[in-house]
Amino acid sequence: MECGYKIEKVLKMNTQLLIYFSVILFIAGAFAPLVPAIRSTKLPYLFPAAGSFMLGVYGLAVCFGLPGGSVARAEVLPFLTYSFSVDGLSGFFILIISVLSFCATVYCAGYYSSGSERMPFALFNIFVLSMYAVVTASNVPTFLIAWETMSLSSYFLVTLRGDDSSAKAGLLYIVMTHIGTAFIMVMFLVLYKSTGSMEFSAMKAASASLPANTVYAVFLLSLAGFGTKAGLIPLHTWLPRAHPAAPSAVSALMSGVMIKTGIYGFVRMNFTITGSSPEWFGIVLIVLGGVSCIFGVLYAYMEQDIKRVLAYSSIENVGIIFLGLGSSMLFRSGGFYALSALAATAAMYHVMNHAFFKGLLFLGAGSVLHSTHTVNMERLGGLVKLMPWTGLFFLVGSISISALPPFNGFVSEWLTFQSLLLGFNSPSIIAKIIAPLGGAALALTGALSAACFVKAFGISFLGKPRSQEASSSVEAHPLMLIGMAILAVLCLAGGLMPGAASDMVAAAVFQMTGTAAMSTGWHSLFIAGTFSSLSPALILLTMLVMAGAALIFVLFVSGRRKIRQSCSWDCGIKSLDHRMQYSAAAFSKPIKLIFKRIYLPSRDVRISYLLKPLFVRSMTYRGSITQVVEKMFYEKITSRIGAFAEKMKALQAGNLNLYLGYILATLIFLLIFWT
Amino acid sequence: MEHLQFLIILLLSPLVQGVIKKLKALMQGRRGPGIMQPYFDLIRLFKKEMVISETASWIFRAAPYVVFSSVLCAAMIVPVISVNADGWVMGDVIALIYILGLGRFFMALAGLDTGTAFGGEGSSREMTVSIMVEPMMMLSIFAAAIAAGSTNLSRIAETHAIVYSPSHLLALSAFIIAVIAETGRIPVDNPDTHLELTMIHEGMLLEYSGRYLALMEWAHYAKQMLLFTIAIDIFLPFGITKTGAAADAAISAGLYAAKIAVFSVLMATVESSRAKLRFFQLSSLLGGAFVLSMLALLMYIMMGR
Repeated sequence: MECGYKIEKVLKMNTQLLIYFSVILFIAGAFAPLVPAIRSTKLPYLFPAAGSFMLGVYGLAVCFGLPGGSVARAEVLPFLTYSFSVDGLSGFFILIISVLSFCATVYCAGYYSSGSERMPFALFNIFVLSMYAVVTASNVPTFLIAWETMSLSSYFLVTLRGDDSSAKAGLLYIVMTHIGTAFIMVMFLVLYKSTGSMEFSAMKAASASLPANTVYAVFLLSLAGFGTKAGLIPLHTWLPRAHPAAPSAVSALMSGVMIKTGIYGFVRMNFTITGSSPEWFGIVLIVLGGVSCIFGVLYAYMEQDIKRVLAYSSIENVGIIFLGLGSSMLFRSGGFYALSALAATAAMYHVMNHAFFKGLLFLGAGSVLHSTHTVNMERLGGLVKLMPWTGLFFLVGSISISALPPFNGFVSEWLTFQSLLLGFNSPSIIAKIIAPLGGAALALTGALSAACFVKAFGISFLGKPRSQEASSSVEAHPLMLIGMAILAVLCLAGGLMPGAASDMVAAAVFQMTGTAAMSTGWHSLFIAGTFSSLSPALILLTMLVMAGAALIFVLFVSGRRKIRQSCSWDCGIKSLDHRMQYSAAAFSKPIKLIFKRIYLPSRDVRISYLLKPLFVRSMTYRGSITQVVEKMFYEKITSRIGAFAEKMKALQAGNLNLYLGYILATLIFLLIFWT
Repeated sequence: MEHLQFLIILLLSPLVQGVIKKLKALMQGRRGPGIMQPYFDLIRLFKKEMVISETASWIFRAAPYVVFSSVLCAAMIVPVISVNADGWVMGDVIALIYILGLGRFFMALAGLDTGTAFGGEGSSREMTVSIMVEPMMMLSIFAAAIAAGSTNLSRIAETHAIVYSPSHLLALSAFIIAVIAETGRIPVDNPDTHLELTMIHEGMLLEYSGRYLALMEWAHYAKQMLLFTIAIDIFLPFGITKTGAAADAAISAGLYAAKIAVFSVLMATVESSRAKLRFFQLSSLLGGAFVLSMLALLMYIMMGR
């Protein structure tokens, strides 16, 4: 006993040292570029890379059972105690943040080695560190400070480019994120009022006796507050503008993990702190999740800018995660705890998978941007020959995000399908209907995202180059390729080892639902007894065997018959050029027409004639779609606010005497009425 | 033995294609080619020289193998004559649809890879059709899966839970429309044309020749028979053997052949009696089928059968 206790103590001390050391590395890394001697070397990259590597190992250890607990606590002011602690849920998010920040740092070391841009070390390190702080904060003030630091540092990263459009995107982002923060603050105040404590652990302890109305308020406020950060429709408007504006490695972090802190906050509040929920919570989440995933991918499909496609598809994936969380809540309210754990596993698994493949895709888009200076698909094409590795990694990401076997996205969507289908078990008729309809939404989303990424990969990387820049592109720097390769391997591993992966999220799921996830082998999953089973590794093996057999058969039957290279069929005109390929806009046009009630497309064709009507000098076509949510909701609100501000302008005339008069009037008012 | 059932689909699918073609010819008052013609076509293609576009990348060369192996992998999940007794399979019906999706993904990429308008057009249309068909196929299967208490095809086939109920019939009709769309048949696509404006599936394959085309065609035949088999497993599984005894297996095989024949006649009849729809009218047909499948699911939930 004595010995075991000692080991535990030493272990605890060592892990604490490791954490402190990593944090110091991040902080030192922020200032390292100030030292002239190492500014131009790769050394500054080593700080965040080493820091995130160590924290990643720590996160992994926590996921597999290393006890967490309080890691740092300091009383600064009477109302302000910094307090950080780690449990299974935090450990899981620490792991994801670490993997992405490590890969992004390695990538950046290659990205910024040529060209005029410089790595924003200070902002980058503070941004990553603040995300760690968010997922480990264990009381309200710490959480809010970490949350604000994260929002502000990412705001500066969004506006880093310094041009007009990124400034606009940044403004929208900072306004939206503060509206979200306001909801979060009100939510904490409500909890504080009912529980009398700012500590998460005390809130949790008091949660059993919370009045129903408080639980409802916490649910709705956290949904609005954290939903804004996660990009849930209709709170998503900032996301497709802000994410693409940041440098690609930062976009990878924002889409991959920053929006997940919204998920984390929501889960922390509604799963670990308030543990009970009525049935309509789950139904609301499934409806919102379904709407988010369908609309997110519908808008993604219409974009021609790769980074905007990826940003919209983040909204879709957050929707999928909320489908999982919703069914988990639904099961919890019905008392099906094992199924609740299954659905929570699906959601957390997808959190991880989306981080990996979205990070990979943003890094891939960054390579394209670095090499061709554009991410507009209509100016790309044929890149897979000039940038073979980037092409391969982007393809891996595309297959993963399209939920196709044997990659990771498939497994987590499959789990989400299973949990939604099992929603049939819930007692109420509404839940019985809503859950399979969520499944229908997920099926539609899967098909749409496959189409979306056939377009994104096919138009950008295949065919003929559509511009000079595309035809003169070169392969990315080896360090960039390494950053992507790690994520690509993880995408495959997450697909082939679903049992191991679900064991990894088990600690987080235990925190959420109080139940361990299903028991499985490393390579396969069994759902609810005999309901279903899956082994992606076996699928891959079967496909490899079949393809090998086909290859041998072909060699046997066809022998070494000649293969001739020739031009593509050109209908005899002998000069097939890149403009005769299918364009990105044309590719998604059928869906634009089929869903025209949703897209409300507009087109504007201008023809200038040499001689009407036969001889055309030039034609310009401009097509656009309407963002329904923005038109119906945000434009009205902003115009009201604008009109109100216009009226308030009279109060603020810019006259100093007038302002002094206001102060005097206030003073008199207070003197009269204060007592 | 039951794991070798996919060979039935692999080896006999060209025959099914030949039979459908022959039936179609007879219905249209032609003599038509013999029912073995697809085999001869495949052998001829395997023996021919191959021309590959200069624009094509490795995706174009990999796609035939991915498509072919994905269809066969999907076929391994499907019970043909005997259900899978040990209960352990590599995937369920949802996995199956996504495995087929992987094949489609690569086929659409191959269409874009040669840098022609026809290929891109075919890819775009194929993905558009799949967006409408895939969810509807899933939904029509969901009703059966919920009724059987499993998404595992063998369990669904042996439970045979929802036969002859209204939800069953609705789901079946939606599924048949999905099969028509997925096999590229009239009124969704025309398998016998290379006219630019109408082709979907053929558009993507336009640049393929020789052995790659043979693999693609063979995979297409196999996928057609596979989809018939899934429909049989879910909606008409009576007689499928659970024991694997020789006598049972013989009966099961006979019934299976008869059911496939019924589907062949159905396909030939639909193709001979309908005109191809304009591409942008497809959304009303497929959207209607989507509503049917949703109704099937809701009806099952409300009425419990």
